[in-house]
Amino acid sequence: MISNPASQPSETNRFERTKIKEAIIEIVSDSGEGAQKCGQSLGAISAKMGNGVWTVEIIPAEIQPPARSKAGASGIRVRMGSNKITNMGDHADLVVALNEQVLYGRIDQNAYKPGTYLLIENKWATHTEETAIAYKESIEHFKELGYKIFEIPMEKECLKHVSDAKKGKNMWVLGLLCNLYDRDLEIAENQVKYIFRKKDEKIIQSNLELLHAGYEYATENFPMHFTIPSKLSEEDYVVMNGNEAISLGVMAAGIEVCSMYPITPATSATHAMAETIESAGGIIHQAEDEIAAIGFAVGASYAGKTAVTITSGPGIALKTEFIGLAVMAEVPLVIIDVQRGGPSTGLPTKVEQGDLLAVLYGAPGDSPKVIIAPSTIEECFHFVILARKLAESFRTPVFVLTDANLATGVQPFPRPKIKSEWFAGPIDQSPWKEGVKVYDWDKNTGISKRPIPGQKGGMYTLTGLAHDEDSHVAYDPAINQRAVESRSRKLAALRATLKPPTIHGDQEGDMLLVGWGSTRGAIEEAAERAREKGAKVSSIHLRFLSPMEPGLKDIFSKFKKVMTVEINYSDTVGNPLITEENRRYSQLAWYLRAQTLTDIDCLSNVFGQPMSPIQILKRLEKELNLTLID
Amino acid sequence: MISFQPDFCEILPPDEEHYSIEDYGSSKARWCSGCGAHTILHSVQKLCEEEQLPPEKTVFVSGIGCSSRFPHYMKTYGFHGLHGRALPVASGVKFRRPDLNVFVITGDGDCCSIGAGHWVHAIRYNMKMVVLLFDNSIYGLTKKQTSPTSPLGTHSNTHPRGSVIPPINPIQSTLGFANVSFVAQTIDWKPAHLNATLKKAFDHPGLAFVRIVQRCPIWMRDTYEPTVKDPNALTLLDHEDGILLDEKAKSTFRHIQQHDPSNLIKAREVAELVKETTPIGLFYQNKNAIRYDEYGAHNLGISVEERIGAINTLMDRYAI
Repeated sequence: MISNPASQPSETNRFERTKIKEAIIEIVSDSGEGAQKCGQSLGAISAKMGNGVWTVEIIPAEIQPPARSKAGASGIRVRMGSNKITNMGDHADLVVALNEQVLYGRIDQNAYKPGTYLLIENKWATHTEETAIAYKESIEHFKELGYKIFEIPMEKECLKHVSDAKKGKNMWVLGLLCNLYDRDLEIAENQVKYIFRKKDEKIIQSNLELLHAGYEYATENFPMHFTIPSKLSEEDYVVMNGNEAISLGVMAAGIEVCSMYPITPATSATHAMAETIESAGGIIHQAEDEIAAIGFAVGASYAGKTAVTITSGPGIALKTEFIGLAVMAEVPLVIIDVQRGGPSTGLPTKVEQGDLLAVLYGAPGDSPKVIIAPSTIEECFHFVILARKLAESFRTPVFVLTDANLATGVQPFPRPKIKSEWFAGPIDQSPWKEGVKVYDWDKNTGISKRPIPGQKGGMYTLTGLAHDEDSHVAYDPAINQRAVESRSRKLAALRATLKPPTIHGDQEGDMLLVGWGSTRGAIEEAAERAREKGAKVSSIHLRFLSPMEPGLKDIFSKFKKVMTVEINYSDTVGNPLITEENRRYSQLAWYLRAQTLTDIDCLSNVFGQPMSPIQILKRLEKELNLTLID
Repeated sequence: MISFQPDFCEILPPDEEHYSIEDYGSSKARWCSGCGAHTILHSVQKLCEEEQLPPEKTVFVSGIGCSSRFPHYMKTYGFHGLHGRALPVASGVKFRRPDLNVFVITGDGDCCSIGAGHWVHAIRYNMKMVVLLFDNSIYGLTKKQTSPTSPLGTHSNTHPRGSVIPPINPIQSTLGFANVSFVAQTIDWKPAHLNATLKKAFDHPGLAFVRIVQRCPIWMRDTYEPTVKDPNALTLLDHEDGILLDEKAKSTFRHIQQHDPSNLIKAREVAELVKETTPIGLFYQNKNAIRYDEYGAHNLGISVEERIGAINTLMDRYAI
């Protein structure tokens, strides 16, 4: 239940608060200073108050990059508003920086705008001479860029309450932000108690003291105080990131074997379930490598316990041979790919939607498999349950493609009510029906039922070699044609059950934006903002990528232009040597062009950042020749 | 079906199924004539019959190569998977299915080269299964390339002037892996020893690793013939806790060495003998090594209500 924010402290009435619809706040620091915990708490508090929230982590590639390094920003962005928030938004309104150097990286990423409040720890002004000079230069530079600077004695203030300011400064900042944005102090207190629930009472008390101190400090020392009205919901809500949602989805799907090898940014999904999964009837197997992880999962699935393997791009590359085997031998299996920047080791902690074509085609021969892509945190949960069902119904591997943005983005959603029918049923150990072949490919759907070890009379040898309906190795040309056709037919059979995607906005117009995965919030917000300015922009968002959702060609034909919005690479016409003829399209655009023979353009980039509405609006301005940004 | 068990002269109840050796045979094996795999196949089928393993509860998992065709010739469940990857698949099969009898059929290329990483870890997992390494010291199916166990100087299509790196000794290697619990060596041309070794391996509570020195008459005749023909080429490892042979079978060995299979250090020393002679028998056994399959199965059978309860408890943490 969302608690009632009734207990606002009286001092908040001492000044006028500006009512705002939403705010984007960042907390940035060196690694290990607790910025993320501070932001997550702010997000949780706001969600509990009934605000819409989206948080996204700012993660350096290393665990501990050198202190005060320009590219080493570790932190978090919290966007909160009166309505539902679906993406990280454009520019931050207010930033708390525990040192000034980490701001440079964020400024390079265009995260701020003139007028953004920068609240900077001022202890560096009196640090070593070198640091003090760098600090002063930076402050001057930031002023020139038009930011509103507040130099804050955070360390000094914290030392009034604790002996080591490094531990607890984040809670002081949380208190400060709670005041600036009118957060419910009682909810904040409970949040602090929750964070430190495993620590002793002394630590809880000192953090509560810091929370209050930060809150107090903000009362006197700032001219700006805001309030973001919220609506309390009667419904139960949960707030978590996409990897946590996946972990709950794995357990709610009744999957007994989660077989993995550590890889960023996928592994935190395993962490989130590690403490619970054994009580939920499953086990995590940490394999010796990525190949073994999927091999183990395939073995468990073959033995009737449909398994999941969770990985990211480089892991998918290694697993490819087993994926081919699972397709060939029709082994149900769930493969979750939390995509990151590629190719190769790429950008381990940054977002990219770069694996679509790799999972679609990355296997020798024809290798049809089901690919679904959740577009929200909530869907991360439900799609795992869906994936297992599809895997078993269609006797096939099913990919769930998420990305680093969904993995670390936090959003509240209605609490799922776990249903027993989501679970895998007990495995069939009844005798195999006599005369039924192991691959009894249905003429219309290609679907067949599989025997599970333990079933009397169902004995067969699964093989990755071309095989006939009895799973006997067969090199006969007609048999191979039939087998490959049957496996492909299953996708058509699944497609026949799908509905065309819902069009967000008008059913026809000048521009249709097409997205998949984590970009949905940004796309729909951009399209909405464009429509408010009179542009005829609509959007669709694809959840099924293989098989492709039906009706697309018809939908496309009702718009003058169709453009995908994706976080992956495409050539830009006009760059040296790049022409309309040779340009390489982004992945979904490439795929949709081939599928629908529609001239589809793309907006895509590989900055490693989540897509922001303003990036899309800028492109729309160009495409539609309109002014859409204030 | 009614049948007699001669040892006890007991009539089995009519509904109890009795399996004959034919019940385990599938299609005719397509290995070359004279290939050692034929005798191993027969010996494994014999073991299945002796143990009366229900075919539907028995799974043969293999990789790729000559030996890995094995599951196709068994009328049990089988998994003929990827080159080098039999062990992870077999581990996955066993993890949540303690009721299944799992056998792994792998070759020297499969186990000791492309799948070597899995070999190390499967030994460490020590899940109850029998792993049979069909070691003919050559890549056969791809037509004579040097294998990781080819003796130094082996002439092959990849090393026509003779291989240049010493081979892996699979016994010695396995004895070096953490949590190793059963290592034996046998040969395909002495059925009595082969049968007794398979029986001992099957009874082992953990992963039983058996290297079977196997003849390849097509590519490796010159390498094996001396071992097969020279009675001095073999040394039988004998011990009351080892592979037990009757006196008649024992009498066919000229060299018999006492070796206590509980002694790991000694086992490693004996494994070095291979330079002069091929020691066969049980090198090492530890029935108390930690078993990963026991961990894997420890929470089977939790009720749906309990499972939902656990998930909801975790969900409470995210509740607002």
